[in-house]
Amino acid sequence: MLTPEERQEIEAELPRYPQKQAVCIDAMKIVQRHRGWVSDESIRDIAELLGMSADDLDGVATFYNLIHRKPVGRHVILLCNSVSCWIMGYERLHQRLCKRLGVQFGETTSDERFTLLPIVCLGTCDHAPALMIGNDLHVDVTPDSMDQVLENYR
Amino acid sequence: MTSERPLTKDMKPGGEALSLREYERVGGYHSVHKALRMDPKNVTDLVTKSGLRGRGGAGFPTGSKWSFVPIGPDAPRPKYLIANADEMEPGTFKDRYLLEGNPHQLLEGMMIGARAIEAEVAYVFLRAEYVLAGKRVAQAIAEAYSAGYLGHRIFGSELNLELYLHVSAGRYMCGEETGLLNALEGKRANPRTKPPYPQVSGLFGKPTIVQNVETLANLPHILNNGADWFKSLSRTADAGTKLYGASGKVKRPGLWELPMGTTMRELLEEHSGGMQDGLKFRGVLPGGASTDFLTEQHLDVKMDFTETQKAGSRLGTGTMIVLDDQTCPVGMVWNLEDFFAQESCGWCTPCWSGLRWAERILGAFERGEGNETDLEKLTWITSFCAPGHTFCALAPGAAEPLQSALKYFREDFLRHIHEKRCPWR
Repeated sequence: MLTPEERQEIEAELPRYPQKQAVCIDAMKIVQRHRGWVSDESIRDIAELLGMSADDLDGVATFYNLIHRKPVGRHVILLCNSVSCWIMGYERLHQRLCKRLGVQFGETTSDERFTLLPIVCLGTCDHAPALMIGNDLHVDVTPDSMDQVLENYR
Repeated sequence: MTSERPLTKDMKPGGEALSLREYERVGGYHSVHKALRMDPKNVTDLVTKSGLRGRGGAGFPTGSKWSFVPIGPDAPRPKYLIANADEMEPGTFKDRYLLEGNPHQLLEGMMIGARAIEAEVAYVFLRAEYVLAGKRVAQAIAEAYSAGYLGHRIFGSELNLELYLHVSAGRYMCGEETGLLNALEGKRANPRTKPPYPQVSGLFGKPTIVQNVETLANLPHILNNGADWFKSLSRTADAGTKLYGASGKVKRPGLWELPMGTTMRELLEEHSGGMQDGLKFRGVLPGGASTDFLTEQHLDVKMDFTETQKAGSRLGTGTMIVLDDQTCPVGMVWNLEDFFAQESCGWCTPCWSGLRWAERILGAFERGEGNETDLEKLTWITSFCAPGHTFCALAPGAAEPLQSALKYFREDFLRHIHEKRCPWR
């Protein structure tokens, strides 16, 4: 069930659009902000609130890579694998991250601290390679500086 | 030579956003007053005369785009104006700078665009990863509402304009004009059939204009200084300044506002400081991932829409990705095609099937398993993905770096075949 707070936040988005369905992506992001991910139950609850079928909403959910349909760790690492970062050393970062965290792309560490995901170009190519952890952007990253950065996320 | 930098001259050195008051101190929101006093058609005419072309990649003339929107009391309502701030073209980092550094400039541009097409509702469509930009745009919108510049009877006129920030949830397709409209309607960002064009039937079936951030940011300056001034900023027939950028192994990667038509040589040698020590220049994607490679023979091309196209590529977003001699061109194109295959929305067969096929062949080359038949297959796939075979420009864009790599780096593909490995690994 949606919490009163989630419901209130979703309903606050409604006046910005002439149709209820237009709010569905915002709604899933609101739930994700509170719970970390969007479960099947949340899909059903949001769909009901917005007058959509759960299948339709899931079709939307699965299109967008930043809607998490599986639980994620406390911190989501988005590692840019697009062309400028690839030229500037993405592969070394990727190898170091996988080794250090013991996970591949799409996986969460066993202590639920980190989820590692690839991301398309983060638009900071003059400071490649780049990654995001949660809402924080990190640029000009080297394998060694990355080790240090990770320490700040417990 | 000093040249005017209307888009970036007021930016703070530390990159903090200008507040509404600071923006007004440097002349901000002056041009809206002017636009509100003008007939909407005259605003469009002025923008048409200025020669402004879309900065998102396609270079479509802005005034001409607006001229298809139904105007007057019988036009369908509400009409929409959307700022496309979904910057996701690999190698592109220009709109981020405008959004973070001067969000009010964008809002003012949107107000002018809204005036020209008589739009009552506007959205900033922002990619989710631009967190700082999101905060600053939201702050700017709040400031503009409390000053009475947005909402009912803006600037004391009889006009209303609601402006909202929509933060997206990922996917390159959302930057495609009609994919963006579907995303804003809460759907999968598949492209739509055209016609009808969005100018006639766009968001929620109403007349809609979608415009890139840099395009909109130019509007206040065009209104303030006129069409002739805007044309005089350029070194070529395509008007204005351009935010150019460079990434890759140059000495000083960066972003610069320069006269439209600045040569690639000047961008590379002067502004980027040349290649890093010990590296040689091999080629460049002049305007993002979906533009054809250019090489040494093109260094003196004036980087505007017309001249870059004559050279066999596109200006695109104007942010170059530089290829050096110690980076494998086949590996680079493999990375690009993997991106495009992943980001294909799956709507059109040449795109979802062809691009993944091309990506797999390129991967085989990198493992030393490519052969000459594969080269023919790659050429064949680029022809399937040519314009006209798909609903949107994703597949044709994906074909551009591949077809030009096959042309300019054929020897490197052959080395992979003959040596049965990637010579760079």
